Amino acid sequence: MQRTGAQIIWECLVHEGVRTVFGYPGGAILPAYDAMLDYPIRHVLVRHEQGAGHMADGYARASGEVGVAIATSGPGATNLVTPIATAQMDSVPMVCVTGQVPSKLIGYDAFQETDITGITLPVTKHSYLVTRVDDIMPAMKEAFHLAKSGRPGPVLVDITKDAQQATAEWAWDDKPVKMRGYRAHRDPAKSEISKAVELIKAARKPLILAGQGVIQSNAMKELRAFAELIDAPVTVTLLGIGGFPANHHLGIGMMGMHGEAWVNHAIQEADLLLAFGMRFDDRVTGNLKTYAPHAKKIHVDIDPSEINKNVRADAAIVADLRETLREMLDMLEPMTHGPWLKYIASMKGDTAVRDIQRLPDSGHLYAAHVINDIWRLTSGNAIIATDVGQHQMWEAQYYHHNEPRTLITSGGLGTMGFGLPAAIGAKMAKPESEVWAIVGDGGFQMTQAELSTAAQENIKVNVAIINNGYLGMVRQWQEFFYERRYAATPLKSPDFVKIAEAHGLLGLRVENRPSLEDIVQRARSAEGTVVLDFRVEQEDSVYPMVPAGADLDAMIRRPERPVLVETADDPI
Amino acid sequence: MQHTLVVLVEDKPGVLNRVASLFRRRVFNIESLSVGHTAEPGISRMTIVIDSDQVHADRVIAYLYKLVNVLQVEDLGAVPAVTRDLALVKVAVAGHDRATLLRVVDETRAHIVDTGEQTMTLEITGEPPHVDAVIARLEPLGIIEMVRSGQVAMRRGDTALSAAG
Repeated sequence: MQRTGAQIIWECLVHEGVRTVFGYPGGAILPAYDAMLDYPIRHVLVRHEQGAGHMADGYARASGEVGVAIATSGPGATNLVTPIATAQMDSVPMVCVTGQVPSKLIGYDAFQETDITGITLPVTKHSYLVTRVDDIMPAMKEAFHLAKSGRPGPVLVDITKDAQQATAEWAWDDKPVKMRGYRAHRDPAKSEISKAVELIKAARKPLILAGQGVIQSNAMKELRAFAELIDAPVTVTLLGIGGFPANHHLGIGMMGMHGEAWVNHAIQEADLLLAFGMRFDDRVTGNLKTYAPHAKKIHVDIDPSEINKNVRADAAIVADLRETLREMLDMLEPMTHGPWLKYIASMKGDTAVRDIQRLPDSGHLYAAHVINDIWRLTSGNAIIATDVGQHQMWEAQYYHHNEPRTLITSGGLGTMGFGLPAAIGAKMAKPESEVWAIVGDGGFQMTQAELSTAAQENIKVNVAIINNGYLGMVRQWQEFFYERRYAATPLKSPDFVKIAEAHGLLGLRVENRPSLEDIVQRARSAEGTVVLDFRVEQEDSVYPMVPAGADLDAMIRRPERPVLVETADDPI
Repeated sequence: MQHTLVVLVEDKPGVLNRVASLFRRRVFNIESLSVGHTAEPGISRMTIVIDSDQVHADRVIAYLYKLVNVLQVEDLGAVPAVTRDLALVKVAVAGHDRATLLRVVDETRAHIVDTGEQTMTLEITGEPPHVDAVIARLEPLGIIEMVRSGQVAMRRGDTALSAAG
C-alpha cells in the first residue's frame, strides 16, 4: 500500500504496541503531526520538550514498555537532550522521534537545523538520521529493538521533513530485527557460574546488592527464592528499590551515600558481595580503595562493559539476571547464615527510621514525617515519582516499596525537574494506580509548566512539594562542607496553592503534622491533579551521609540535638 | 604500553565519529588511527593504537563492542602480528652532500618517490620503530615536510579476523 513517510512513522508506532506518545509539534515534524490524527495513539501535548522526554521516561519505568517522545528539529530536539541523558544513565527504554530540516538543507545552517544525532551521540544507546522514506521503517524497528533489549536505553530517530512527505510502497515487515554488530542476549558462562557457586558455598557473610537489573530482567521472584535459599540479606540501590520487598525479613534497605548505616557497615564487613544488575556507582561505593575490603565479588550484569569497571569481580557473569539466578538456584542447597543476620540486625537499631523518631516535637513539620505519613496513608501502594535532592533521599528512606516499578526517580544523572513530568508519564502508563510526585520546591519549578499539561489532559497525580525554602541538598552540602555559606541556595517561591488554582487545580497547604492526614486524604479523593505545599523544617538534613569519595562506613550521623531554628514562616 | 586494536565496523555514515567520540568521552588518547576498506563490501577496518595498560585496553574493547556498528575487535598486543607504518618525507637536498642522502636511502630501504630542484621525497615503509629510525637519520639533513599513515596491522599465521565473528 502507498504510505507517506509520516504515515509510516505512526504505522510503526502502532505495530510496536505504542498507545501513548508525548510531544510538541513544530515545522520539521509537521507532516508527522498531520498524519497522527488518523492513528489510534493518544498524544499528550506538553509545555516543553523536556517534559515530553521525562514523561516518556516515567511511562517506560512504570510499565516496562518503550516510552516515546516526539519533537521538532532544532530547539525542539535540543530540549530533549536532558531527558535522553537521564534515560541513558538509568538504562530506560525510550525512542525519541525528531523532525529534521529537509535533507537538501542539512549542513546549510537552515532555520531550526541542529545536528541532533551529533549532539546526542554520547547520551544515546544508538541513533539514526533518516533522509529517505524507505529507511523509516527499518530505523524505527531497530530503534525499538535496541531500546528494549539487552541493557535498555534511549534511541533517537531523526527524520527529515522530505522523508516524512515522500510516498512509498509500504507493508509492515514482521520479521525479527537482525543487526550484525548487536548482541542483546548472552548465555551465562558455565565456568563463571561454577566459580560463583563455589564462592557462595564458601561464604559466611554474604550480602546481595540488588540493582535495577533485577527489575529490568523481571527477576523479582527468582531473587527472593535465591536470597531465601542461601539465607543472605539483600540491600538495594536507589534504582533497585522495589526489586526486593522492603518488608521481607532479608531486606535490609538501601545502600550508599544516604543508605542505612547498618547496610554500609555490613558491606564493609561482608566476605562476599553478590552484585545483581548494579554498576557500583560512586554514590554506592564511596572510596573504591577501601570498599568492601574483605569481600569476594560476584558480578552479574547484562552489559559486559560494566564488569571490572569500578570493582574487580572474582566471578563475572555477563547474562540476563533471571536466567543466571535460575541456573544458580538449581546448583545450590539451602544454607543458613544466622550469626551474620543476627549481627546485622544488632546494628539495625542504628537506623534512619529511628532518626525520624528522634526529631524533637517542636510543632514543626519534618520532611521525613511527611513522606512516612504518605507511605502510611497510601498503604505503600502508590507509584511515586521523585525529583532530585533531599526529598528524593527521604523518599528512598521513608517510603517502603514492596513492588517493582513503584519508585520512579532519576538516579544516575540526578535530573532536577524530572519528578512532575515523570509522574504524569507513569499515570498514563498505569491509569488505575495512585500516582504521587514527591518534589522539592526547587526542582518543581523547573518543570512546573507541566501542571498545565496535567490539567489539559485531565491526568490525576498528587504533587507533594517538600517546601523548605532552600535548594535543600545543595544547602546541606554547604552546611557540611562549606561552613554554612549559603551561596545561591535560599529560594523564594511563588504561592504554590495559587499556582495550582491558576491552572484550575486544587492547591492545599500543610504546615503542621496534626493537619497532615486530613489534607492528604482530601487530595487523594479529589478529582484531578492536586498540589500539596508541605512547609517543612528549613534546615533539616538527610542522614546518614557518606561524604563524596569518603570510606563507605565514614558516615555523618544525625546530631543528637539537632539545631533547627528557622521555620518556613521566617523570612529567608 | 602500546595496544594495537583492529576494529571491524559497518561502513555507515557517522561510524568513525562514534568510535572517535567514544575515545574522547572515556578519556583514552589515540596514538594513531587509520581506516580503510576490507575485502568484504560494507565493512571497514580501523587500526587504532592507544597507549594504555591492559586493564584500560580491556575497557576500551568492551566500550567498542557497545557501539552497534562495531562488529569485531581484536587486540593485536596479545598475538603475533605484522605491523606497518608508512611515511612520506620531503628532505632538503641543497646545502649538503646529495651522496649522504642517497646513502641513507640505500641503507634504509627507503624509496625515492619524487624529486624536485631543492627537495627529494622519500617513502619509508616498515615496522614503526624502523620508520622512526629512518626519520631520525634524515632529521640532520633537514626535513621540510612529513606525513605518516598511522599503523595498520594484521595477525600472523592462518587465522583471519572476520566480520562474521
